[in-house]
Amino acid sequence: MDTLDYFLPQVWFAILALFLFLYVMLDGFDLGVGILSLTSSSEERRGILMTSLGNVWDANETWLVIMGGSLFGAFPLAYGTILNALYMPIWLMIFGLIFRAVAFEFREHAQRKFLWNVAFGAGSFAAALGQGFALGAVLSGIQVDAEGHFIGSTWDWLSWQSVLMALTLIQGYVLIGSTYLIMKTEGALQETHYRTAKLAAITTLIGAVLITITTPVFIDYARDRLFQPPQIYIFAVIPLLGVWFIWQLIQSLNAKAERAPFVWTILIFVLTFLGLALIVFPYIIPTEITIYDAAAAPSSLVFMIVFIGFLIPIMLAYNIYQYVVFRGKVTGENYGG
Amino acid sequence: MDTVALSRMQFALTAIFHMLWPVLTTGMAIYLVIVEGLWLKTKNPIYYHHARFWAKLYVLNFGIGVASGLPMEFQFGTNWAPLSEATGDFLGSILGFEGAMAFMLEAGFLGIMLFGWNRVPPVIHYFATIMVAFGANLSTFWILAANSWLQTPAGGTFTEGGKFIVRDYFEAIFNPFMVNSVAHMFMATLETSLFVIGGISAWYLIQNRQPEFFSRSFKIVLATTIAVAPLQIYIGHLSGEQVRHMQPTKLAAMEAQWESIPAGTAADWSLVALPNDKAERNDWELKIPKALGYILEFKPTLSEAVPGLRDFPPENRPHMVGLIYYAFRTMVGIGFFLAGLMGVTVLQWLRGKLKADAIAQQRILLAGWIFAAPLGYLAIESGWVVRCVGRQPWTVYGQIRTVDAATNLPPGNVLTSLSIFALIYIVLFVTALYFGSRIIRHGPNLDLPIPSFDAPSLPPASVTHQPDQRPVEAQQ
Ligand code: HDD
Ligand code: HEM
Ligand code: HEM
Repeated sequence: MDTLDYFLPQVWFAILALFLFLYVMLDGFDLGVGILSLTSSSEERRGILMTSLGNVWDANETWLVIMGGSLFGAFPLAYGTILNALYMPIWLMIFGLIFRAVAFEFREHAQRKFLWNVAFGAGSFAAALGQGFALGAVLSGIQVDAEGHFIGSTWDWLSWQSVLMALTLIQGYVLIGSTYLIMKTEGALQETHYRTAKLAAITTLIGAVLITITTPVFIDYARDRLFQPPQIYIFAVIPLLGVWFIWQLIQSLNAKAERAPFVWTILIFVLTFLGLALIVFPYIIPTEITIYDAAAAPSSLVFMIVFIGFLIPIMLAYNIYQYVVFRGKVTGENYGG
Repeated sequence: MDTVALSRMQFALTAIFHMLWPVLTTGMAIYLVIVEGLWLKTKNPIYYHHARFWAKLYVLNFGIGVASGLPMEFQFGTNWAPLSEATGDFLGSILGFEGAMAFMLEAGFLGIMLFGWNRVPPVIHYFATIMVAFGANLSTFWILAANSWLQTPAGGTFTEGGKFIVRDYFEAIFNPFMVNSVAHMFMATLETSLFVIGGISAWYLIQNRQPEFFSRSFKIVLATTIAVAPLQIYIGHLSGEQVRHMQPTKLAAMEAQWESIPAGTAADWSLVALPNDKAERNDWELKIPKALGYILEFKPTLSEAVPGLRDFPPENRPHMVGLIYYAFRTMVGIGFFLAGLMGVTVLQWLRGKLKADAIAQQRILLAGWIFAAPLGYLAIESGWVVRCVGRQPWTVYGQIRTVDAATNLPPGNVLTSLSIFALIYIVLFVTALYFGSRIIRHGPNLDLPIPSFDAPSLPPASVTHQPDQRPVEAQQ
């Protein structure tokens, strides 16, 4: 193999990781707000929650679509095998996202909003659950044959590791959703989300600690990678940094800062993500298929860099512009309901 | 039932349902660009109200389009993993381009287009509207490039193991079917949207409700269809020609032609028939003498032979001939009906009968437009049935059979997801119709404040985020 055969899949691994990260962060707060809406005490509050997402949820969800398409194009084998193995969690996520998406418009029009409130909240919850199961299942391994095709059975994805991952991911989404709402709301509603954020910070921490402890104990490949130099130095720093970030987050919540909690939460997400990516790399299905096994031909990867890679800054630019246009708080009396 | 059949049913159901929504997303977006442009140019508020009123139907439709598009994207992996692995180098990258170029553009500007009226200057708003329309139509381009490649794979080779390696990307994207299929699809969504807008306008006009307002949309639509409706018939004819040359089995099924027709004959064209798959013949048939040559080549005799279905072994040709045959006739019939309706209406227009104060008297004509509103959808779905069912037994024509393209899943899994889809989609369909008809019954709100043209730059950050006025009207 020449260097291109290594280099191009690595570039695509990085691009896909970026897409996945943008998705988890951006749609993460959408889904978190959706889950939080299940606990809203009034129709007005729910209205504000949904309005705060009205103009961004679609663009945020589109990162998932781009990620799916890019995975399909850059690592066709992995796309087929992973989605085949995760048939149920994927459809759970999709059905959840369908309900979440239609709820925005349908709720506005409906006289009895109850049904669409449930569709929004439960849809967000189901989507987060499906994503957590999927992530957990990929990390704890998928059974494949010599050619890399899935040979396990329907329920393989369900294990206590994937349940733990799903529960933690939901906590993480609630955390980032709460900190987003702290920025977008004021008054009593904002107070509520200072409280939910603090609660979620603690539950996320518990989940993260459990995952950090159990992963090297129960997952062999992770143990091998974690305790080898040079990884061991990086993996020694990540938990420490993580604890410090959570500490800062809680401080900023206590100080009733408006934006800092969101920023600290994002940093926590970045850190977790880096940790996971380093454990997995260079596998795309640990420990069976590497990115080099699954990659499309170099010519395809180059072509995709030209047509997708170069668009990343442009996509980011107009997405940011949209956030700038709609900056500021969403308030109750302006909500036409 | 076996997994392949179930996965096919699931793909058919989800694609047919998904296809209902992009029609307005792509076609009506062009209409919105037109009326907003007219508003900027003439500063006549009536065009502003047009932009706002039709956008209400647009958003309702958009959300369901996004929701039903997601399953399409992931279905290739869940239910068609062998196909994905074999063709991912090409199909996957095309889906990736569609996401990065088209969907993101649409989604990134949609918020501004819907909620940004008072937040950005009108010119920026107009730019956002154009980007939404452009993004939507780019997605037509990419997805039709992908689907056309399934019909006429080009630009590379299949290895021993059946994996497609791209040699020349541009050749693969500009495969033989692509240009014409994109044009036909683009026209299809535009024509359908125009007749939807025209039909809804006619519904108001026939009741004499706000005739001043709706005779405008009616005339914008009418003027545009003069070009679109005949052109679509011509592009459809070109589609037929390319099918004849590249996919003879599909053409034979479209015409329920069992025996081959030698070159140089003046063959009959079958108008109605009862195709019988088992007996390999038509049990009964009504033919128009010597018409086939005119239809395929604009002349009385065929210059090339037309193979019949029996010329191909049963495992290499489509079944469900009746479905393909009637789907094709439905589409063509609708194409001619819509063009005819346009023609008659234009005649009345030239005779001065469509003035805002008199148009309500054209009751039959307006009823015809109301009747025509859903027909475009029917033509589109029929067109896809011709195209996709007619491609069978191949998923990639001549290369990968449908039975080899499907994932080997337990049938129970597919049956479960298929049933849930059916259930959800029924609920969504009924709800969308219900809310859509309510928006129409309420009619436009002509009291919306008009955004000012002078320097309403970005509001300071402390200004509250004001959702649009949609809910106020929707909740009466
Ligand atoms: C007419 C052209 C057309 C056709 C044939 C298809 N689509 Fe579609 N699709 C669109 C035109 C479109 C659109 C107009 O761009 C939509 C509708 C609403 C929207 O937001 O974008 C869309 C939405 C949409 C979405 C959601 C995008 C988002 O989140 O913003 C996905 C993932 C797909 N589609 C994928 C597919 C796949 C895999 C198809 C093939 C089987 C397909 N579409 C057929
Ligand atoms: C009367 C003239 C028409 C003719 C002769 C015609 C012909 C065709 C043919 C031969 C195909 C199959 C292409 C293939 O399998 O590759 C097709 C597909 C299709 N038709 Fe038509 N058609 C006509 C009118 C219409 C109208 C009025 C609409 C919708 C408003 C429409 C929508 C479609 C769609 C959506 C497809 C599938 C996608 C594509 O091939 O672009 N057609 N048409
Ligand atoms: C949105 C419009 C579309 C409609 C209404 C449509 C309709 C259908 C139908 C009815 C089938 C079932 C055929 C059968 O099993 O006999 C089918 C199959 C299929 N179509 Fe299309 N289709 C659409 C767009 C596309 C596009 C854009 C692609 C590819 C990019 C595509 C790829 C396929 C594949 C892979 C199958 C399943 C395998 C097969 O049965 O061959 N379709 N579609």
